[in-house]
Amino acid sequence: MAEPAVRTVVVRCPDWPIAAAGYPPDVPAAVFHAGRALAVSTAGRAEGVRPGHRRREAQARCPELVVIGHDPDRDAREFEPVVAAVEALAPGVAVVEPGILALRARGPARYFGGDEPVLELLGSEVAARLRGLAGVRVGIADGLFTALVAARDCRVVPAGHSADFLAPQDVSLLTGPGVAGAGTGREALVDLLRRLGVRTLGDLVALPAADVASRFAADGTLAHRLARGLDPVPVTGRAVPVDLAVDLALDPPAAQVEAAAFATRALAESLGDRLAGHGLACTRLTVLARTENGEEHARTWRCDGTLSTAAIADRARWQLDGWLSGRSATRPSAGVVLLRLTAEEVVPHAGAQLTLWGGWDEHGERAGRGLARVQGMLGPEAVLVPVLGGGRGPRERVRLVPWQDERTAALPAQPPWPGRLPAPHPSVVLDPPRPVSVRDLAGEPVTVSERALLSGEPAVVGLDGRDLWITGWAGPWPVDTRWWDTAAAGAGGRCARLQVLVRDAGQTRSRTPEPTRSTTPEEATRALLLVSSPVGWSLEGAYD
Amino acid sequence: MSASAASLLPKETLSRLRAAAATGGTILPSSGLGAHLPGDREPLLPVRPELAGLLPAGGLRRGAVHAVHDSTALLFALVGPASAAGAWCALVGLPDAGLLAAADAGIDLTRLALVPEPGPDWPTVVAALIDALDVVVLAPPAAPPAAVPRRLAARARERGAVLVVRGDWPGAEVGLRVVRTGWEGLGNGRGRLRGCRLEVESRGRGGAARPRRTVLHLTDPAAPPPAGAGAPGRPGRGAAA
Repeated sequence: MAEPAVRTVVVRCPDWPIAAAGYPPDVPAAVFHAGRALAVSTAGRAEGVRPGHRRREAQARCPELVVIGHDPDRDAREFEPVVAAVEALAPGVAVVEPGILALRARGPARYFGGDEPVLELLGSEVAARLRGLAGVRVGIADGLFTALVAARDCRVVPAGHSADFLAPQDVSLLTGPGVAGAGTGREALVDLLRRLGVRTLGDLVALPAADVASRFAADGTLAHRLARGLDPVPVTGRAVPVDLAVDLALDPPAAQVEAAAFATRALAESLGDRLAGHGLACTRLTVLARTENGEEHARTWRCDGTLSTAAIADRARWQLDGWLSGRSATRPSAGVVLLRLTAEEVVPHAGAQLTLWGGWDEHGERAGRGLARVQGMLGPEAVLVPVLGGGRGPRERVRLVPWQDERTAALPAQPPWPGRLPAPHPSVVLDPPRPVSVRDLAGEPVTVSERALLSGEPAVVGLDGRDLWITGWAGPWPVDTRWWDTAAAGAGGRCARLQVLVRDAGQTRSRTPEPTRSTTPEEATRALLLVSSPVGWSLEGAYD
Repeated sequence: MSASAASLLPKETLSRLRAAAATGGTILPSSGLGAHLPGDREPLLPVRPELAGLLPAGGLRRGAVHAVHDSTALLFALVGPASAAGAWCALVGLPDAGLLAAADAGIDLTRLALVPEPGPDWPTVVAALIDALDVVVLAPPAAPPAAVPRRLAARARERGAVLVVRGDWPGAEVGLRVVRTGWEGLGNGRGRLRGCRLEVESRGRGGAARPRRTVLHLTDPAAPPPAGAGAPGRPGRGAAA
């Protein structure tokens, strides 16, 4: 059974691309795309130009035809004031395409006292906004398609009468602008229906739905549903674009950091309120200051979407601090007259941010402010937070990002990483690793072969000119990635890892290593992680 | 005795008071200090049960300075449970910290900040972090000027933060040191490192001056405990000679 279609208002401006380009309907004009006319003005149509005509053909019929290039962005941009005008009267406006908008009729109809007043009000309001640049058609009916058809004649189709209203209409309406599924496939379908003798929507409805489905597949089914007045697409309101910049003019100009910072706080609060009111959080913020002499200083701050009002104010203050009290030549020559905060990038606010931090409470807020303060002292790069990701070595798996920056891992954690060392992980990780030498009992350097075999049993690690006796070892565990990249060797190239237990040679009584004693690891003092690369062994980490 | 009391430690005030009575320590902040602390903040941050016995208060006491000698693994083990319980931590001057190991020790990396290069004016940086965070782990880049340890200790006491210093630090309430390390799982060309046993000794001030020892067994938290791997927790040896 069919679900009831939502009662819908459609406001459409015919030949919108012409109007968007700034030509009134009485100028013969056409918008061309890929060599064919896409939209033709009323005057152009009177001269015999039709959508789909080639340019040469169109100009042959109407030599004074104004040729306009297709620019969907312009169409959408110019439509914005129309949308805003409708939005001022009723919320939840959905732009179907530039030139056509739809909204649910229930609320406005109740508010303005019925469908007819809504039709008249929207029509006159949009017409006033367009000032004769384009015509306006408003229609109200059950479902988007019926309302689109109703808007052609500016009429209200009473609830429940969609089928009666649609039955005598031409099937070509199924290819009209704004109709669900309209496109080249639909044109072929309508053409085929016509040749089969199905000329009106009523004829189409008269066919059994199952037969239509089996003959014309999914698009046929959709067309059949549309013709019956059933709307597959409910109207959902668009998100209102928000003006996310706040300005503050300072009079008298602020020459002192303190005065400017104080002003920033109020500004940050108003931006914060505006963002919060729209349920948004800011992930990139630009602070701009302009002086009396026109000097500007702008800086964009990145953050992880949790910038509080106080944090915004802090950032603005640091920036102004560095600018106004800096010693360099960039110091401005006059006081600040304008402050502007712009939220460059916003994301939906994730509620109370509890999910992000597992409890970003007052406590976390205080910690964040302290860390931001240290960033102010040492620079943003000095305060880092670790992000765990994928990878094999202990250095690859941790990425450090500045505090308040986006926490994205260097490598995805998801793919399996064969060759990864299991826990326990080294508690000290040297980056870059420190070169060491590994020798066997005979004093020969130990190397790792292509097949990950050691050339000899490792006995001594030479580190910083000191010899450490190896009392136990395991490995090597080869990691064979990016073997083509010798520069990356060690960081992720062809390498092998070795865990060793070492005893400081200075602490042993005998100068001779005694491998038999290595079976008692209690004697060992340190556990080290060594890594071999084509350039030799190095110390990557220690476990103590 | 203290260890058993400390294992009860936790969030409820009742058991906190019980722990305070058991250890005989003064846990609740003395006058002038409580005013700065929000009411719901615990005066003690949790530690591993093995380590509780080594600390005079049975946990990481807010406002106290703790010193840990040499072992980064011990440092992580000391701070981990507090971080897991919700404390914000910072590691200052530890550019080589193995953060995977830190995570394994229980440190919540989302509440961890690193200041690897605190610069020449590091005492100011540490003071700013003490103001804001719960636990500040410091590896001093240089020997501190004479007044700095006292100033930072006073700051920590005032703000109710825990300062953990790696290395010697004048005025530390307690100093922890690894006296013996045993590694498990690594043979002579066989196996892999599976865990370690740290024998930890603590020396405090005043009433806690007598050294105490315990054995800390660190293994992969995900791995099942190895069956019969070594003696389960060597008993502490009491006062070393």
